[in-house]
Amino acid sequence: MVPADRVRDEEQGGIDVSNAELSAGAPPTSTWHMYRAMVGIGVCCGLLIVSVYQVTLPVIERNKAEALQAAIFDVLPGAVTSTTYRLQEPDGFQVSEGKDAGEQLVYAGYDDEHALVGIAVEAHGMGYQDVIRLIYGYSFENDAIVGIRVLESKETPGLGDRIETDPDFLENFKRLDVSLTDDQTTLANAIVPVKHGEKTHPWQVDGITGATISSKAIANILDQSAEFWVPRMHAKRADFEGQE
Amino acid sequence: MATSTKTTTDEFIKGLWKENPVFVQVLGMCPVLAVSNTAINALAMGLATAFVLIMSNIVVSLLRSFIPKEVRIATYILVIATFVTVVDYVIQAISLDLYKALGAFISLIVVNCLILGRAEAFASKNTVVRSTMDGLGMGIGFAFALLCLGAVREILGSGSLFGVELFHDSFQDWVVMVLPSGGFFTLAGWLLLFNWMKQRKAKKEQSAALTLAGEAAQ
Repeated sequence: MVPADRVRDEEQGGIDVSNAELSAGAPPTSTWHMYRAMVGIGVCCGLLIVSVYQVTLPVIERNKAEALQAAIFDVLPGAVTSTTYRLQEPDGFQVSEGKDAGEQLVYAGYDDEHALVGIAVEAHGMGYQDVIRLIYGYSFENDAIVGIRVLESKETPGLGDRIETDPDFLENFKRLDVSLTDDQTTLANAIVPVKHGEKTHPWQVDGITGATISSKAIANILDQSAEFWVPRMHAKRADFEGQE
Repeated sequence: MATSTKTTTDEFIKGLWKENPVFVQVLGMCPVLAVSNTAINALAMGLATAFVLIMSNIVVSLLRSFIPKEVRIATYILVIATFVTVVDYVIQAISLDLYKALGAFISLIVVNCLILGRAEAFASKNTVVRSTMDGLGMGIGFAFALLCLGAVREILGSGSLFGVELFHDSFQDWVVMVLPSGGFFTLAGWLLLFNWMKQRKAKKEQSAALTLAGEAAQ
């Protein structure tokens, strides 16, 4: 496996010198033994990791799908089934079967009479600590965001994480206006954060005292995402109907 | 290290109390402070660490004559990292919420000095049975200590325990307790208690010894 002269070289090399105290008079271990131990254990460890990965993968995928499904129904009140669509510019939206990386996906929710309830869209942006990922529901009927749910955030516990629990803050998203301008190309009013208690228009987000940055971040994430998605979804509303 | 007078039960007990990894040895402070903000996170982290510790102790002591000392640290890390990866997948499969709460700290179990310390100082020199008992004791001791911190922080910081509300609505949460600084406060409190108990015991033994010596002199 290893040429004898090389073994000798390595034995005289750095490894044994640096471990001189550890060896403490004991005869130096042959390189073959070191290789045997490290490679042997490495292979066994690799096999163990691969088998655990294979066993847990379907469960993990199912958990993730269930979590996403629950989030979709959560942000689209009344929805009982959902279909995934991918954005195919400039043609519009198509039903997405597989999961190709880099696709821009939205989830259409339908009620028990197969009528379109709205579209759930994932969005992300920078929060106070790290990226906040959220999903929100857009309703064509109301021209509004009708629910949001934070999927992933590392905001400060007890302060910033109130974006997920504060009832006054969540009240903003029961009906947050995202109506379009007359030419249907952009939002009539940008979603803007305001100080707690100063909300006067339906497109404003009433902030949380003590979580200013986190609540502003949510408003900005929604604004950017809605600016992109709402005109597109509005123009191609027919793509989502009559599918379910 | 282990003297022949020590039974395997002693190896188990010492990690729980006398040489508790957190309260006495003060090892592995990073996860102790970081994920002990709720009792459930603390317990999950403690159990994950305990599992890795027990498994790595078993494997290391099984292979102790097979591993040359020149490459022992690298090999131990390999073994530990494998079990951490296994735990990582298993936690993801059990609960995504829990996985999110523990975050990067699961992967960081690899560098928990407690685990490498036990592998190097104990498992590489002792039989499988003793190493298993040592791992069990240290692991449970670690989980217990985390739970102690997590419970105090959750009760004071969120007014609940294992997610169950304990107090009336009028309870004002001490938000600071679930923040990082609360971890230090709580740890300081527990260390104070443990050291006070240790000192009291030492004093008692000392005075008992003095009385004995005095009686003998008379």
